[in-house]
Amino acid sequence: MFRSIKNMVGGLLGWTESRSGVISFVQPILTHRVPRDAKWWYVFGSASLMFFSIQVVTGILLATMYAPSAAEAYSSLQYIDQEVPFGWMLRALHAWSSNAMILMVVIHMSQVFLHASFKFPRELMWMVGVLLLFCTLALAFTGQIMRWDQDAYWGLGIGAAIVDRVPVLGNQMRNVMLGGPYIGGATLSRFFALHVFVLPGLTIALIGAHMALILKNGISEMPKPGMVVDPKTYVEEYEERIKKTGVAFMPDAAQRDMVFCGLMLIIVGFLAWYLGPVGPNGIPNPTIIDANPRPDYAFLWIFTAMALMPPQIETAVLLIAPPIVVLFLLGLPLISNRGERAPSRRPGAVLAYVLIATALGTLTWLGVVSAWSPVMDAWTSLPTPVKYLVGRTPLEMQGALVLQHSQCRNCHSLGGEGGLRGPNLDNVGSRKSWDQLVRQVQQGGGNMPAYGKNLSSAETTAVVAFMTTLRNAGAPESSIPGAMERQSSPDQAPKAVASEAGK
Amino acid sequence: MSCDCSNTPSNQPAQTPPPSARRGFMLKFGIGLMGIGGAIASIPIIGYAITPALKKYKNSWIDLGGTEDFPEGETRLGKFTNPNASPTDGESAEQAVWVRSYKPAQFQVFAVNCAHLGCPVKWFQQSKLFMCPCHGGVYYEDGSHASGPPPRGLFEYKWKIVDGRLLIDAGRLPGLEQSV
Repeated sequence: MFRSIKNMVGGLLGWTESRSGVISFVQPILTHRVPRDAKWWYVFGSASLMFFSIQVVTGILLATMYAPSAAEAYSSLQYIDQEVPFGWMLRALHAWSSNAMILMVVIHMSQVFLHASFKFPRELMWMVGVLLLFCTLALAFTGQIMRWDQDAYWGLGIGAAIVDRVPVLGNQMRNVMLGGPYIGGATLSRFFALHVFVLPGLTIALIGAHMALILKNGISEMPKPGMVVDPKTYVEEYEERIKKTGVAFMPDAAQRDMVFCGLMLIIVGFLAWYLGPVGPNGIPNPTIIDANPRPDYAFLWIFTAMALMPPQIETAVLLIAPPIVVLFLLGLPLISNRGERAPSRRPGAVLAYVLIATALGTLTWLGVVSAWSPVMDAWTSLPTPVKYLVGRTPLEMQGALVLQHSQCRNCHSLGGEGGLRGPNLDNVGSRKSWDQLVRQVQQGGGNMPAYGKNLSSAETTAVVAFMTTLRNAGAPESSIPGAMERQSSPDQAPKAVASEAGK
Repeated sequence: MSCDCSNTPSNQPAQTPPPSARRGFMLKFGIGLMGIGGAIASIPIIGYAITPALKKYKNSWIDLGGTEDFPEGETRLGKFTNPNASPTDGESAEQAVWVRSYKPAQFQVFAVNCAHLGCPVKWFQQSKLFMCPCHGGVYYEDGSHASGPPPRGLFEYKWKIVDGRLLIDAGRLPGLEQSV
């Protein structure tokens, strides 16, 4: 019985093989020789590919339920989340696996850069890899649009505002991007076409090229100090070493890939189950001006750069930096394609990597905090700490009300709550004198708007009187040397113990 | 199987070699024909893809409501449907503007889109400021730049009053290159 099944399978395989040659095609690919020392550092490319496959499968399934129409996209997502069995899980998997794919691609790229695997003869592999990085990011950006919520709408608005700054052709380019003069159905449709046809097709083609180049050039060995790449002799030497000490990809290297990919899949699957789908948040109705748009993680560093860059250079940087970055990344192996590969012999490259990684990491973290953004509802949602009100005069109490009511706390924090844009006001009375506070409130400056026209002089007096009481326990009121006459005024007398009173 | 192909002798290329001159011509002719066909086919393809760049989108006067909806001394949100709306737009076709009436029958109509990167600015009546939630752009009540990264004040729409209705001249998502 068993024998006959085995014969049948063998016969079927033979029949297929004689007509397709599939086994003789696949076998050398699976068993191609890889360096013996290609161990855990080499699993990240496979993991990127695995997460891309997850994206393809979940993406196709989501496309069977998603309505790519601006009028219906939002409700179709809610339908998938709430009505379709496993719908929420598929959306969650698609979202978290996309984050994981970006992470794997970035780690893979870091490894290739730090080990200088891009050097001869693997320049093209690096270039195709750079294109794959951009495809991955483009898929992430267009995927964020598919959510068709407020983040998607205003994210497109930001994209449009950037394209608009292109000289001469800006308006035309923007209209092509949006499919018209406004963000709407045409916009979602074209980003849908990009997200499900153009970019995945391009990505699959580039992955094919990336793999073909692996088979042609072989996987690079772990770098060793002193083992330099010389284009004249490298290929011969590499092939000799691989013949002598190399191992078959399947199973020697593939087993590690499988262990890592399996682990990652379980982690991301758990994350997806635990954290659920991403969005959609608010309805994409542009008349809802309470929106607080934020990009996804992969783009937070750009969001931060936009906030912190000096406005004068912004347009120039926006238009000139991207092509320079693209050209530099693509051209890197042409600038440096020989010599040492070991990180210990390439301090400049390691330093550059550390600097870039630190900068991107810091910008991303700053984007999470986004201290430059006013907290739009701080003035209505955050109470004035009671300890700042105890023992205050009626005028000072009135000032506390003015401070609360005039949205000061959208940018200034009190008691650790409120905006981070301006300095916190917890001990502002120790830092600034009465006159300095009046000047600052009325004329603004240092990135603060002038409130001179927006507050009556009574309101200004009150809010300044309140702020002079905000001091560290026991600290005297700040004053300009020689300008002491203010302290003799009875209703503005310093409250040296005011802050202590509430404790 | 209709034929047992393994028994058929393979085609003998030497039997009828086509004259090389004719083959050269045929190849060139084929490439030329493909080129012409491709060029013709690419006209509608490229044209379709970049239609939004070629089409002239015109502004039109759009009714925001009666002037009594925008009382003097206040800044209120005005809403309208963008003049280029299509049936698939859904709610995204709606647009908002801030309408400030500072004198009887005198208005300023601001785009809600921040002059920095287009996020929606919000009006605060008490401090008389517009604040942007994205990068912290702030504007005064007259739309002028107060603080933050925006390179200019809020974009303003042209407006007019016809039969007691406030109309604005709109037709484009506001942006830096052309204001509205």
